Amino acid sequence: MWQGLFQIALTLLPIGIITPILGKYLAVVFEADPSTRLRSKSVLTWLDSVFSHSERAIYRFSQIDRDQVMTGWQYARAIFASNIVMGIFVFILLITQAGLPFNSTGLIAPTWDTALHTTISFLTNTDQQHYSGETTFSYASQVLGLGFLLFTSAATGLAVGIAFIRGLTGRSLGNFYVDLTRGIIRVLLPLSIVIALLFLIGGVPETLDPPITATTLDGATQIIAVGPVAHFESIKQLGENGGGFFGANSAHPFENPNSFTNLIATIAMISIPAALIHTYGIFAGNTRQSWLIFGMVFGFFIISIGIAAMGEYGGNPLINAQLGSSQPNLEGKEVRFGWAQTALWAVATTGTMCGAVNGMLDSFMPAGGLVTLFNLFLQIIWGGQGTGTAYLFVYLILAVFLTGLMVGRTPEFLGRKIEKPEIILASVVLLVHPIAVLIPSAITLAFPETLSGISNAGFHGISQVVYEYASASANNGSGLEGLADSAPAATGLWWNLSASMSMLFGRYVPILALLLLADGMSRKQPVPMTTGTLRTDTVLFTSVTAGVILVLGALSFFPILALGPIAEAFQIHNL
Amino acid sequence: MNQVKEFGTAIRSTLILWLIVAVMYPLMMLAVGELFVPFQAHGSILRNRQSQAIGSALIGQPFTSDKYFWSRPSTIDYSAGKTAAPTGGSGASNLAPSNPDLPKRTKVEIDRLKAAGIKPTNDLVYTSGSGLDPHISLESARNQIPRVARARGLDTNKVEIIMTQSIEDRFLGIFGEPGVNVLNLNLALDKLT
Repeated sequence: MWQGLFQIALTLLPIGIITPILGKYLAVVFEADPSTRLRSKSVLTWLDSVFSHSERAIYRFSQIDRDQVMTGWQYARAIFASNIVMGIFVFILLITQAGLPFNSTGLIAPTWDTALHTTISFLTNTDQQHYSGETTFSYASQVLGLGFLLFTSAATGLAVGIAFIRGLTGRSLGNFYVDLTRGIIRVLLPLSIVIALLFLIGGVPETLDPPITATTLDGATQIIAVGPVAHFESIKQLGENGGGFFGANSAHPFENPNSFTNLIATIAMISIPAALIHTYGIFAGNTRQSWLIFGMVFGFFIISIGIAAMGEYGGNPLINAQLGSSQPNLEGKEVRFGWAQTALWAVATTGTMCGAVNGMLDSFMPAGGLVTLFNLFLQIIWGGQGTGTAYLFVYLILAVFLTGLMVGRTPEFLGRKIEKPEIILASVVLLVHPIAVLIPSAITLAFPETLSGISNAGFHGISQVVYEYASASANNGSGLEGLADSAPAATGLWWNLSASMSMLFGRYVPILALLLLADGMSRKQPVPMTTGTLRTDTVLFTSVTAGVILVLGALSFFPILALGPIAEAFQIHNL
Repeated sequence: MNQVKEFGTAIRSTLILWLIVAVMYPLMMLAVGELFVPFQAHGSILRNRQSQAIGSALIGQPFTSDKYFWSRPSTIDYSAGKTAAPTGGSGASNLAPSNPDLPKRTKVEIDRLKAAGIKPTNDLVYTSGSGLDPHISLESARNQIPRVARARGLDTNKVEIIMTQSIEDRFLGIFGEPGVNVLNLNLALDKLT
């Protein structure tokens, strides 16, 4: 057990090292201070000029005026316009795949609702998959369609996060197309190339070969699916997309062959949302505060990992009775990762809204089920690419408001007054999630025979349904995959359409509210700091924020946790 | 007019970004793979002397014969046999810990192992996440040594030495869990005779 906890700690160590470096880099890329430029004559300046030239070419081709500054509305409209165009383009690619090249297995078009759900899923950075990659989508669909959205959805989220930070710190929001381009050219693409190279060395395939037919030693015929996986896998992790090339996602030996690739993949999914907190600190000129927030999120993260890991290490008492000894739960897990790395991954992937899995969450013990659901409910234990950091500050604004009420002062954040419009918008951001999760869950559970498609009856079935909508609305994409949510199951159509609604609602409504909130904050006159000002960069205030997060999360969702994983734990342990 | 312009920008930027990240980037990685790590890039496919594929070094296989070490149980039978999809596949049981089908299934598995004289361990009782897990734990491999040695008429020490050579350790001795690659191990045994 101690080796397991030790390796979890060592896996997390690089996050602390990467955060300040990547956070600083993001601040330079998105021009926290336009006067800082890379000065040293080195490979960095050479890279910088390559990036600048590519960006200028893109701006020229797209006719983007990079000095045009957008208001909150304009920024949001640019996001909607670009996302609509990308979505229609990829939807057409998917439904015409039968006639396109690189379809070596002769796959026919997916059903319209599968294509629609998949498009929306990858467009919103959710990557919920109601299909298996091997049997549903051709190499063309995966690389030219889904592989494209892996980049743009991550860059869109990153842009929203950056625009929000700009607004909060009194700057103008910037230009969406410039931020989108920079996010891809200077952050996502170069890092993806490096990670893909490491994956290739680690053994992840990158080929256009058709599936390989092998004759096993025992004389059986084995069909081995291959494909252009390495390049897909790197942005899937880095962009917190999580949509796997194969059905088994990162548990598949071709997506994640060994503990080396597993380590890289784990660090890749946490690095950007962790770094973005530090980027905020640089924008705000207060890295003390950003380290405190980092510490708070890290604290939540460690506790979650501990709970999940202990559950898996203890194993399933029903099976342990058969085995005659206590052994870790390995159902749905790979030997090479074991209980420790699989539990760590499960918490990281639900916390960061990556949604990739290296072990099947449906077969996790109730402790793991509890923390993964809780992560999806809170959405800030790192949180989604860009948007997660923004949610974190929405909670901070609410904490400022509450503490302001307690001491009877006008609440202020970063020297700007928090007033009615800000609180309304912050409430919208936080209310969207329970609405998009609980209402469709209630409808589905009301028709257990015709709609739900539950595969694990009883308390776990409630978790399966609520998890699917929580994952959709939080734009996470992992799932309790026993659920009959895909064609040809009769419940596939309902799941495709209803989950699509949750994904759209959970993505675009908060984005609009965040941008309007940031826009409003950026236009306020700063008030000078006095001795009466409530400081937000203290341990006390950060603790209050943590309390606000827990109370709000618990109030909205505790009944579900009680009915799902907690009840299941009582059932298994026969209490 | 304004909206036309807005969508014009969206379409143009979509096109150019698509060319960069969905065409140029994958092509570049395909070329790098082909040039520098062709074996891995094509799926680490192992071939016999007639250069026919016998499996992948990274993908597990089902073994039923007594002369081979057995792999973990798989819900998709390692994408092999008559039920395998022509596209290849992967998948798990997705049985919840509270699902009554799980202890039923593990009971069958435990009885099978006990009948074969192998002490049941968790990795040989639980199905894997991918259905393609190439590894078994060191303990599971050790427990199978007497059976394999008997079937092959080999000394158990000899089999143990070969088994030890097929161990894939933790990365840097720290990360992940050590395992025995069952296909590599069985291949090594076949080469012996």
